Parts: sequence; C-alpha cells; structure tokens
Amino acid sequence: MKTSTTNTLFWLVKREFWEHRGGLFWAPVITGGVFLLLNLMGIVTGEVLGAGHGFNLAFGGSQNNMNLLVKALDKQSMDTVGAGLDLVMYSPSMIISIVMGFVVFFYCLGALYDDRRDRSILFWKSLPVSDAATVLSKVIAATVVAPFIAVVVGTVTGILMLMMFALTLSLHGVGVWHLLTLSHPLQVMLNLVGSIPLYLLWALPTVGWLMLCSAWARSKPFLWAVVLPVAIGVAIGWFNLLGTLNVSNSWYWREVLGRVLLSVFPGGWLTQVSHIGGDGPAELLSSLGVMHTYAAIGSLNLWIGVAAAVAMLAGAIWFRRWRDDS
Amino acid sequence: MSAVITASGLSKQYKATLALDKVNFQIEPGRIVGLIGPNGAGKTTALKAILGLTDFSGDLNVLGFDPRKQRDKLMGEVCFIADVAVLPRWIRVSEVVDFVAHVHPRFNRAKCEAFLARTKLQPAQRVRQMSKGMIVQLHLALVMAIDARLLILDEPTLGLDILYRKQFYQSLLEDYFDENKTIIVTTHQVEEVEHILTDLMFIRDGKIVLDADMDAIGERFIEVMVNADKADAARSLKPLDERQVFGKSIFLFDGVSRAQLESLGETRRPSVSDLFVATMKGTYA
Repeated sequence: MKTSTTNTLFWLVKREFWEHRGGLFWAPVITGGVFLLLNLMGIVTGEVLGAGHGFNLAFGGSQNNMNLLVKALDKQSMDTVGAGLDLVMYSPSMIISIVMGFVVFFYCLGALYDDRRDRSILFWKSLPVSDAATVLSKVIAATVVAPFIAVVVGTVTGILMLMMFALTLSLHGVGVWHLLTLSHPLQVMLNLVGSIPLYLLWALPTVGWLMLCSAWARSKPFLWAVVLPVAIGVAIGWFNLLGTLNVSNSWYWREVLGRVLLSVFPGGWLTQVSHIGGDGPAELLSSLGVMHTYAAIGSLNLWIGVAAAVAMLAGAIWFRRWRDDS
Repeated sequence: MSAVITASGLSKQYKATLALDKVNFQIEPGRIVGLIGPNGAGKTTALKAILGLTDFSGDLNVLGFDPRKQRDKLMGEVCFIADVAVLPRWIRVSEVVDFVAHVHPRFNRAKCEAFLARTKLQPAQRVRQMSKGMIVQLHLALVMAIDARLLILDEPTLGLDILYRKQFYQSLLEDYFDENKTIIVTTHQVEEVEHILTDLMFIRDGKIVLDADMDAIGERFIEVMVNADKADAARSLKPLDERQVFGKSIFLFDGVSRAQLESLGETRRPSVSDLFVATMKGTYA
C-alpha cells in the first residue's frame, strides 16, 4: 500500500482524532448543545412569564411594534442591528473556544505522556513512523483540527441560535426573517476560519511547552508544566524584592508564563493589535475582523513565541526518541 | 546471506547497574532464537537496543542499519510484540487495521483480515473490551500480516492461558515463519518454546553465557540417569548439576563424550529448562 510522508501524517492525525474524539469533537458539540438549550430555556421562560402577565414578549402584541421598527430603520441602524446579530452568532463560538482551550491544554499535556504511561508507546514505536512525524501530527491535531472543529460547531450553533430567535419572533407575527438578512453569517464564518492560522501561530509556544513537558516528565506532567514556570515567577518576584535582580515581574508573568501556559485559549493575539473595540457593535466587529487582527502577524511577540515553540518541539521530538522508561 | 544481527562489545549502563556487559553475538537469517535469562539479566535491554529504543555503547548492526541512527528505516523491516497489552486500550479492531495498513508499507491487509476471521474479534470491538488472549490474537494478526525480516517477541505470552499460548506459537510456525525470516523470543515459559527454537542464548548478569544452535547443544550437553553404585564415578567427571529421582541420580554434563557417559547409565538430551536451571545456579543467591 502507498505510504508517502503526507499520507502517513494524515493517518497519524486521524489516529489522534480517533483517540480524542471526546475532547476534539464531542466537547464543542455538547457545549454548543447546552448553549442552545439554555437559550431555548430562556425563550420558554420569557414566553411563559410573558403569557402569565398578559404581556406578549417585548416586541410582540397586536401593534407589532417590531415590524414598525424594522420599517423605520435607517441605513446606519440597520448596520447596527446586523452587527448585533453577528455578535449573537459569535457568542457560542466564544464559549466553545474557551472549552476548546481547556481541551487543547490537556490534550498537549497528555499527548506524549499517556502512551508512555500505559506502555502503548511500544506499539506505536513498532511502526515505521518517525518521532518527528508523530509529534508533528499531535501539533496539527492541537492547532488545526481542534480549532477547525470548534469553528464549524460554533458557526452552526450560532446559525441555529439565530434561527431559534427568528422562529420565536415570527410566532408573534414579527417578520424577523428580513431582519436576519441584515446579519452576515458568511462573513462571521470567514472571520472565524481565518483566525485559525493566527491561532496556530499564537498557541504554538504553549503547545510546545506542554508537549515538551509531556515528552520529558517521568510522572505528573501537569505539575511540571505549571509549577516550573510559576516557581520561576515567584523566584523572580522574590529577587526583585531583595533588589538583586532587575527583571520586571509583570513582564515575566505576561510575556513568558502567559505565553507558555495560556496561549492555547483563542484571542490572546488581540493583545498585539491596537484599537480593539469602538463605538457600537459594528465598530467592535470590524475591529475583531481578520482584516484587522492579522496585524498581530507583525508583532515581534508572536514570532518570538513561534521560534521558542520550534525549539521546544525539537526538544519534545528528542525526548520522544530517547526517553526510555516503558 | 549475511547476518541479521551483529553485536560486538554491546554495553548498556543504567545508573548503578550494568545491564549489558560487552556482549558479542551474531544471528543468522532463518533462525528462531530463544533469548533466555533470569529476571533482570538484560534480555529486554538487549531487545531494546536492537529495536533502537535505548541508547548503548559498542557496535550493533541490525539488517544493515544502525538502530540508533536509522531507526525509522529499520522499523520498516522489523516487527515486535513487547509483552501483552501494549495495544492502546481505546482503539478498535477496524481502526488499528486501517491505521497500520496506511502507515506500514509492508502490511498485507487481506492477510490480516484472514487471520482475524479465525478469531472471535469483531471490527467494532475496542482493545479495552478484550481479554489478554484476544489482545495477543489481534497483535499477532497485525504482525503476521507484515512482511518483516525480523520479528522480536518479548514475553509475548505472559499471562495467557495454555490454549492461547499453544495457538500463538503454532500460528507463528505454520503461517509466518520461513527461511527468510528471523524470530527472537524471550520468555520464561521455556518448555513451550524449546521445540520450536533453532538457537539458544542464555544471558546472565548482562553477559551471554551460552550461545549455540540446538543441535550443538544436543551434542554438548548430556543428561545421564545413574544408579547409586556409579554415582561417585559420575561425580568425578564434574557434572554441571545433580538431582535425585526415584533413588537414582540424574547428572548433567557439559562436553563429556557420549560413549563415556553411556557406560554410566541411560543418556538423554536435557530439557532447556533443566539446562537453564543448571546454568543459572546461584543467580539470586
């Protein structure tokens, strides 16, 4: 059978997905589902309370204020409504991406450790697969597969949520379908997909550090991965206190510890981009769009992180090759 | 054909202990070699060195590769089963077959599926739902479908019942082994492998203490059952070992001529386990 390098890599990544289907796929799906359920519960509560008080949801009623409102919207407020709807679409992605951050964190920590602990590494190492390819496949699973699934699930959840609201409102005679056309689902999707390469670059130092610990630690990789950088931070603080060292404490916590432990949570790169936010949802949105956030590519911080990650991953590959404890 | 494995001056030092002490050996193709030794003698270390899983000093050539530097290439031609239960517990039968089929260039999927069809394994079954015996059946089906030149088995039948153990070695002999393949096996269940071995290597405290093919062993080591009246005569020939059975003494000799021994009593070929016990006397003392 044909086994080129890329083909091998593809199957290695697939293998990672099989093993971690729960974290990579089900965790975002369940989060999205719970998110939808909570919204549904909110809508039902609103309906029930509204009906109980003889009050027909905020916009409803025979007067159909909402319809009048839609008609009365001028160009600028239409933009605002559209942007607001886009933000609604983003909201499940934000929750899902936090969950994904945790999944990726623990995935990386176990990636090169769990199979040493249960000795299945002896099976994987009986196949003609290089250690570099193995580590690379795990990096791809963490930095491409995980965010891709999160983006797809987040987008689908966002669309479902919009539909849910639209349906509820249309039950009250409000023609929100028109309102929905003001939103930009494609643009939202593009922005989310477009942020995956940024995520990859930004998350690399954390992925590299966690995998280095995962490949190196003889036991308790979590403790090593977390305690070591924290201990260094505390030591720096202490030396600062004694006045023997002049390393900025906050610099260390933000630029080193934050980058090696927390960069798997999406959005960290926004700290490298100026002017996030603005007046109203439309401006906020455009400042979060990929056109703007890709400014992070120009930051030194990001590339220092990538360089450090490459070194740490090289270390992880070396330990994967030579760690002899199973 | 040149040797499959050539080791010279092979040493491995773990912190305080010398696991392999300047070992020299050579393994020819088409052999089934039993690497037998007490616990901690260095068997697994030797296998790990051959597989490039551990660093070592000295020279080691496996199928023309240096296991330290060319491990990825080497593994295309070598298979190993490192005791039972190293298959990942989460994987399904269908997944592991799929995976190996796509990453191993010498894997024959049809062959593997034919082997699996002889077992009760189901494609959707996960390793964690299998008994130890079934895990080994799966692992063996995968390994036998790979056209490798060298197969390394490290305690492959540990913890299996007798049915699985017999079936394991029978499959290996009938469906896998041929003159182009070489098998190295370590095990404590010596009785079960001795009739399939072509070569025997005893290892003790990191040293090879015996390295010979089975024919040579039959020539060199002879067991004699001696009546009490001739026991002293037998003892004077410096036997390796002596034990009492039914009022007779059984002596094990190394390198004493058969004619001389036949005059003392009934001679026979010693079992590998008796030979092992005699050779390893005092290991744990």
